[in-house]
Amino acid sequence: MTLFKLIIAFFKTGLFSIGGGLATLPFLYEMSDQTGWFSHSDIADMIAISESTPGAIGINMSTYAGFKTYGVLGGVMATMSLALPSIIIILIIAHFLKKFRDNRFVEGAFYGLRPASIAMITAAGMNVAKVSLLNLTQYNLTGRLGDLFIWKAILLGILIFIAQRKLKWSPIVFLLLSAIVGVVLKF
Amino acid sequence: MKSLLELYLTFLKIGCVTFGGGYAMLPILERELVEKKKWTNMNELRDYFSIGQCTPGIIALNVSTFIGEKCGGIPGALLATTGFLTGPIVIILFIAALLTNFANLEIIQHAFAGIRVCVCVLIVQAVVRLWKSSIVDRFTFILYLLIFLLNAFSGILPVHVSPAILVLAAGATGILVSYIKAKQTHAQKME
Repeated sequence: MTLFKLIIAFFKTGLFSIGGGLATLPFLYEMSDQTGWFSHSDIADMIAISESTPGAIGINMSTYAGFKTYGVLGGVMATMSLALPSIIIILIIAHFLKKFRDNRFVEGAFYGLRPASIAMITAAGMNVAKVSLLNLTQYNLTGRLGDLFIWKAILLGILIFIAQRKLKWSPIVFLLLSAIVGVVLKF
Repeated sequence: MKSLLELYLTFLKIGCVTFGGGYAMLPILERELVEKKKWTNMNELRDYFSIGQCTPGIIALNVSTFIGEKCGGIPGALLATTGFLTGPIVIILFIAALLTNFANLEIIQHAFAGIRVCVCVLIVQAVVRLWKSSIVDRFTFILYLLIFLLNAFSGILPVHVSPAILVLAAGATGILVSYIKAKQTHAQKME
């Protein structure tokens, strides 16, 4: 039964996540809230793993989430379900290629879909920030605003942001460096 | 001859060497498919990408389906796509199995706490990168704010709005607003 639910959930994600890997994030958060198959921290870890392994982010995420929920079979089935809607749609489009591209309605739809996509990515980013930069349990205990923020994490975030703008290294390098900083400074 | 096996193996290879997905794939696809195999040309490849950008699913997958279909019909499309998926699935399953065994180690937890901060920054940068092509006028900015609020605070709202509904509504609003705008400019031209 879980496997069936997993297939349906990832099919839906594949059908509605438009514009690449990070577009799957809002659906993963929804899945996490509704099913409890994986936590918000798991999603943040999944993004990191996806950034440092081959393949598109969305694919990696579905394999990882599927495995966490239902083992190897879950990993394979979740990935296949994610891919299926796009395979069907592309096969249809491949037949009507020219007409599709210049269609006014398609253009109009994208005018609205693009801002929607990055709005949901922003919301997903906020969810990651909540588990990585804030300490809600400590804040609820003491009620002090200073306890809400994990200052060393915020400082690390600002440093990475500046460094990546200047240095243009691959994200993998920054992920590795932050892992080392996390271990050394006991995040 | 473009045998189906060759198609599968080529995309298996591509799937194993593309990090990050999306446009990161373009140079690799160009080398493998345009220069080496001559299965497609650069213009076609660009078109596949722009269509992939605006259809459901991961762009890299869409491109594999397109080229597979072109070279070997529907079986070709299925083989190219599964070929592309094989490498990442195996690698992630391996990592996931390792992680489940080591996730409780304190050192791994510290490492991931650090990594999550970096992920945060990566997402901020993705938003900055996409902003220019997406938020082009007042309508798109308002839509951005509205959808952000609905999605980010869905836990507090009395009704849960699924991201699927938000996607559909945004697409429909986009069609409506661009239709009205086109009519307005048309009317101005008539005067």
